[in-house]
Amino acid sequence: MIREFGTGEITFILLAVRWTLVLSAIAFAGGAVGGLLVAMARISPNRWLAGSAMVFIRFFQGTPPLMQLFLVFFGITIFGIDVAPLTAAAIALTLHASAFLGEIWRGCIQAVPSGQTEASWALGLRYGMRMRHIVLPQAARIAVAPTVGFLVQLIKVTSLASIIGFVELTRAGQIINNATYEPFLVFGLVALVYFAICWPLSLVARRMERRFARIAAR
Amino acid sequence: MSDGGGSRDAPSAVRMEGVGKWFGTFQALTDIDLDVAQGERIVICGPSGSGKSTLIRCMNRLEPAQRGKIFVDGIELTAGPKNVEKVRREVGMVFQQFNLFPHMTVMENCAIAPRKVRGVDRVEAERRARHYLERVRIPEQAEKYPAELSGGQQQRVAIARALCMNPKLMLFDEPTSALDPEMVKEVLDTMIDLAQEGMTMLVVTHEMGFARRVADRVIFMDRGEIVETAPPDRFFDAPEHKRTRAFLGQISH
Repeated sequence: MIREFGTGEITFILLAVRWTLVLSAIAFAGGAVGGLLVAMARISPNRWLAGSAMVFIRFFQGTPPLMQLFLVFFGITIFGIDVAPLTAAAIALTLHASAFLGEIWRGCIQAVPSGQTEASWALGLRYGMRMRHIVLPQAARIAVAPTVGFLVQLIKVTSLASIIGFVELTRAGQIINNATYEPFLVFGLVALVYFAICWPLSLVARRMERRFARIAAR
Repeated sequence: MSDGGGSRDAPSAVRMEGVGKWFGTFQALTDIDLDVAQGERIVICGPSGSGKSTLIRCMNRLEPAQRGKIFVDGIELTAGPKNVEKVRREVGMVFQQFNLFPHMTVMENCAIAPRKVRGVDRVEAERRARHYLERVRIPEQAEKYPAELSGGQQQRVAIARALCMNPKLMLFDEPTSALDPEMVKEVLDTMIDLAQEGMTMLVVTHEMGFARRVADRVIFMDRGEIVETAPPDRFFDAPEHKRTRAFLGQISH
């Protein structure tokens, strides 16, 4: 029973985009909080803290995102807890994003010239004040472009959640393809939708990069 | 804690006893003894790598000394982190590269430390900032960002920023070395004003004219040691040590 690829099918795919966006938003928001903690831990003078943060980062950099997803999804079910695909995907991608954003932001924090820290010390500003008022605001400017760049990666990585049965954009495409046998049409449309989300973000990232390069050169 | 000076008998502004400092295996400071009185102006000179910057950077613990004791205004800097905080509140520092905060206006640069460290309210912090910006003669630049100012103006802002904390002691680490020649004078004039008002100052510089005019004592350092200390006329006209004479010969010709 092959179905025609019509407006109903197109609508089904387009509506599934919201789940891609929801998952991306959760992972990005969670990753932002986690990433800041990881970055601060990574540059901490406490060796134990810095070491654990590094192990965390290395693990997520050195394993495929799909394995990370499987580990969370099947790992939780081992304990007899039934976990919804969205929950598993959200946890896995939040951890994934925390590691990557943590490493990106560590670089940005350390890119703030050491003279800024010395001037803060000389004025008597303590650690918290120095981070909050001097270092982080300057690191944030440097961080905008690579952070938006990572968000684009993250949106594309959410397609892996289709494999554990979470119906987002890619999974919706698979479902429609199984019914219509129009793979080129279906996945062409799916790819186009990803592109329509990601490309503007890439443009924004590139524009910001140029803008901050200009400011830095002043 | 009050901003002004105490009423007790004034201790030395800085006292160093047998201070030693290493970077890895390189010994940057060897057995330094130094006593700086309140109100004294000291110029420190010497060839590059002689340890002169390291010496003043040890006085607010931007560099930790590994041996010896350092007292600043009677507080033992080498006795723990609480004292480091206390000392940093009382010691102003001006850097070769200015190190202004680029994301803040001149006004914000001057107001942040009094507000966050001294707990001064915004109105008072800004009043104080305007006062010191007038003293360094750039009150009209208050709302600009550092990148919009010339090097000389930036360095004067850096001086005003340090003064806003009402420090008892000012350290200058080659304050004119990064400046274009035509801007050196405006910064030196600001420092001369400050000296005439009685500020205790330690200045690492190659500006020998400034040393002659302002310094109570000139210290010559070489290879991490204090080689010679003398009032400027004796230092320049009749230096005792061969190394001092060699150095002065190199810079004056």
